[in-house]
Amino acid sequence: MSEIAKIVERTFREESGRVLGALISTLGDFDLAEDALQETLITALERWPLDGIPLNPAAWVTTVARRKAIDRLRRAKIGARKQALLLELLRTEQTDQEPDVDAHPIPDERLKLIFTCCHPALALEAQIALTLRTLGGLTTEEIAHAFLVPVPTMAQRLTRAKNKIREAGIPYQVPPIPVIPERLEAVLKALYLIFNEGYAATSGEGLIRQELCAEAIRLTRVLIELLAHEPGLCEDAEALGLLALMLLHDARRTARVDADGELILLDEQDRSLWTQPEIEEGVALLDRALLLRRPGPYQIQAAISALHAQAAQPAATDWHQIAALYGSLARLTPSPVIELNRAVALGMAHGPLYGLMVLDQRQLADELGDYHLFHAARADLLRRAGWLTEAKVSYAHALSLCQNRAEQTFLRRRLIECTQAALLD
Amino acid sequence: MRYLLLIYNNETANTQQTPAEMEAEMAAYNAFGEEGAKAGVLRGGEALQPTTTATTVSVRNGKIITTDGPFAETKEQLGGYYVVDCANLDEAIQWGAKIPGATKGSIEVRPIWDFSQG
Repeated sequence: MSEIAKIVERTFREESGRVLGALISTLGDFDLAEDALQETLITALERWPLDGIPLNPAAWVTTVARRKAIDRLRRAKIGARKQALLLELLRTEQTDQEPDVDAHPIPDERLKLIFTCCHPALALEAQIALTLRTLGGLTTEEIAHAFLVPVPTMAQRLTRAKNKIREAGIPYQVPPIPVIPERLEAVLKALYLIFNEGYAATSGEGLIRQELCAEAIRLTRVLIELLAHEPGLCEDAEALGLLALMLLHDARRTARVDADGELILLDEQDRSLWTQPEIEEGVALLDRALLLRRPGPYQIQAAISALHAQAAQPAATDWHQIAALYGSLARLTPSPVIELNRAVALGMAHGPLYGLMVLDQRQLADELGDYHLFHAARADLLRRAGWLTEAKVSYAHALSLCQNRAEQTFLRRRLIECTQAALLD
Repeated sequence: MRYLLLIYNNETANTQQTPAEMEAEMAAYNAFGEEGAKAGVLRGGEALQPTTTATTVSVRNGKIITTDGPFAETKEQLGGYYVVDCANLDEAIQWGAKIPGATKGSIEVRPIWDFSQG
């Protein structure tokens, strides 16, 4: 690919959200905006090598794309609604004459776009796909690839979502203040899931999935910046907490996978590979969030992650704090998996018997009986308590339920260690 | 845009209401109707008799087939509706959330086809 083609591609990806935001705002139509943008990409590939790169590429793209949209509307047989739109576009076109596109910064409409894409009236998977497509500038093929679904399935998902926006009248706006908390929660959840999809994956094509993490981080940054500049809105503690959480996890990325692409557990990671600038930024963001005094699940998870990140070696981990944080998290969002994590932390802080006591609540065993990490955690506590025969049974049980190869290797090693130690006893 | 707000509630639970509860519910619906009319949003609405009074009709091979029911297996049944004229879905959702039945059952918000738009 030529240098200029690379610049064109990068510009279109980076500016996609901003340009589509502005276009959808005037056109009121996702498809028309996307088609016009696509056509503009081709024009840029033709013109930029000859004319040079515009001073303000985003403004150039927006202006040209708007013209393309007008052409499309002119060519098509269109109904009354689009007639009115065409007239409106032609009017702004006259007041907004070329060649001085650089003088007019395009308005940033991305916050509207975020809230529309993450509208709770859309299915969660549609929200995620639409966010990556419009704000992330990823192609349908790339998104399909990242979520391991066939391209036609993803294309259909996007089409359905855009149809619903149009037909059901999902508004293109920053929601009214009273519903902001509920709607912002939906936005954060979509961004969190995009990150998780990239982070939790242990198979599939590494590159694209890593890109999902990077994209989630980028979009969360944009969201925080936009919220700060939107009149009537202010910094949101949970949005800051989510970004902190993402950065603190992302800092461990290179240490998490070995040369064969296998997952390395937290305890066994080479901590010198953790990226310090990300950890520092994550911790600073978390401090900023906590100052707002509106605690929430993302901030608590970020705090747990920060305690791990700040321990130079596993033995230096502040398990008392972590156990207390899991306790707070369980109160806000009760779940058996959080209770399991709390039991593990308590076992580290106060000794294995304490952890076993929490773990052996009947309800927890009922709910997590099929979850390999429940048995692995139990086995570990039993081993540390010196009950090797019982530990062996639990390790074997965990192994029979475990699907992940790295974890299987780990469990098998522990099982052998217990068997040998039991023989020596 | 016009939206149909379909009210789904548990009929059996409704028949077990005390007279006082029924009266309170009627008052709440009246208040909703007044608020909607005052805002210029409400375009109509009716309460329906229970599904025990319903009849299903279909035509197969030119023959009319009439049956009792629908025999809904679902917990909630269609009990009434409103038509509202709103700027967008967010507004329609807000009005849907104000319907008294939303606290016990659920409201389906459906856009109405507008054939006059191109």
